[in-house]
Amino acid sequence: MADTAVADLDSRPSPAELAQRHGLRVAGARPPLREYTRQVWAYRHFITAYSRAKVASSFSNTQLGQLWQLLTPLTNAAVYYLIFGVILSQDRNVDNFIAYLCTGVFVFMFTQSTVANGTSAITNNLGLIRALHFPRAALPVTVTLVQFQQLLMSMVVLAVIVLATGEPLTLRWLLIVPTLLLQTIFNIGLTMVMARFGAKVTDLKQVMPFVLRTWLYASGVLYPVVLFRDHLPQWAATLLEANPALIYIELARYSLLESNQDNLVSPPAQLWGMALAWAVAMGIGGFVYFWRGEKEYGRG
Amino acid sequence: MAEQTQSKANATPAAAERVPTIIVDDVHVIYRIHKGAAANNGATAALKRIVSRTKTPNIREVHAVKGVSFTAYQGEAIGLIGSNGSGKSTLLRTIAGLLPPAQGAVYTHGQPSLLGVNAALLNDLSGERNVVLGCLAMGMSPEKVKRVTPDIIEFSGINERGDFASLPMRTYSSGMGARLRFAIAATKDHDVLLIDEALATGDRKFRARSEQRVRELRANAGTVFLVSHALGSIRDTCERTIWLEGGVLKMDGPTDEVCNAYEGR
Repeated sequence: MADTAVADLDSRPSPAELAQRHGLRVAGARPPLREYTRQVWAYRHFITAYSRAKVASSFSNTQLGQLWQLLTPLTNAAVYYLIFGVILSQDRNVDNFIAYLCTGVFVFMFTQSTVANGTSAITNNLGLIRALHFPRAALPVTVTLVQFQQLLMSMVVLAVIVLATGEPLTLRWLLIVPTLLLQTIFNIGLTMVMARFGAKVTDLKQVMPFVLRTWLYASGVLYPVVLFRDHLPQWAATLLEANPALIYIELARYSLLESNQDNLVSPPAQLWGMALAWAVAMGIGGFVYFWRGEKEYGRG
Repeated sequence: MAEQTQSKANATPAAAERVPTIIVDDVHVIYRIHKGAAANNGATAALKRIVSRTKTPNIREVHAVKGVSFTAYQGEAIGLIGSNGSGKSTLLRTIAGLLPPAQGAVYTHGQPSLLGVNAALLNDLSGERNVVLGCLAMGMSPEKVKRVTPDIIEFSGINERGDFASLPMRTYSSGMGARLRFAIAATKDHDVLLIDEALATGDRKFRARSEQRVRELRANAGTVFLVSHALGSIRDTCERTIWLEGGVLKMDGPTDEVCNAYEGR
């Protein structure tokens, strides 16, 4: 009796054992981190093609089309200048307030719109996720690249504004390249965090505008950053000076604005150190965090 | 019906030697739907709830697949039938690893590919660009994509009435869109192939072409799953059929037996 029971068990192993014996794998299992990274890299062509397609389609229902890539930053700068430069005349401490303001606005917009779109990177693409196999990290990276292309347009506008307001063209301008690259890595990491978070908490999308507005006010975009030290207690000012958005904005101002060299929030060396630290920490941390949720994204 | 599978497995002496390619082990799939946007659930009602502190379940769960188990073997073509909303497409997505099961597990040999007409692409982009994107998303190299793009457009037949490939997909009729999506998905050869209603796509001419293509794909694939409401095409292509009803496996056996039972219900 006992013998037959054993034989029975042998002839019909549990599904898991059977799967193991024939080398089957769990469907939709999360690959190891190294393998996952390799997959994301293998999908780089998809990522670039998808982001280019997104850019092309984003204005396809407007009459001016891609021109809006230039018009949006210009309009933004005009509005902020009208309010903070003319009406509130905030420019007492800054020599070239228009250029100062525009640099801040454009650099901040990059992070802001990346985060805003990244929050719904998973939920907006659920159809794609439930139809096709690809490393889901491609989606937040795509979001960042779309905004990066917008940033390049904004930088062209910015270069014109900065030169037109009387700033000299110096070799230091080259430093804008590493600045924006570090910011891009930071943004990719942050978008991955927001994408996973936003996939779970769908109400987050409604809250993000307020969070981002607060971040904007805390990032020294619209007013001279020296006001931090003048008006805030020591600890609060120190905290604000570690704000990654502020750091990337200040580095951009350091690169482009000759007139603003004495008004930096921290010495350049310190800014570079913090910019690098934020990019590495957020880039790696965000990627690992996103990878850990890879299995769940199809659920919605 | 579980006994039926078991007795079948016991009856065949070669059962132990057959190579399983897909093992579905007591799989449950649950969709969570946030009711926040429901009509009877307006802002005032929500506020009232918060003020009066009554708890209403804000999330509704739809239990789409309830404990399905079966094993598919190398070389089998399995039909999946059942009425609308019985969990067929959901089960396929779970087998493909696109939708995680809430409970249980699916084991597969290699990476199963889902061949559906639902692959969401970008409606604002031209058909041609969608082809390129779709192929890249399936993991093809850019060189190969360039090579196969004209074939796909040719196969889909969207250019039969003028140059539609360069127009945005939102200008397509629903049939044209479905044809293009099927053409994209059917480009690749697959280990384990899951076909979701693809044969019902498009007009008669296209259907003949797509059935031919599916037959070719089947010849190269190890195991094929076919979801369809057309029992005819299931009888043509599958020797085994699984009948799902209300998320539960109702019957699993030879196609003729199951189809007859399904028709006579």
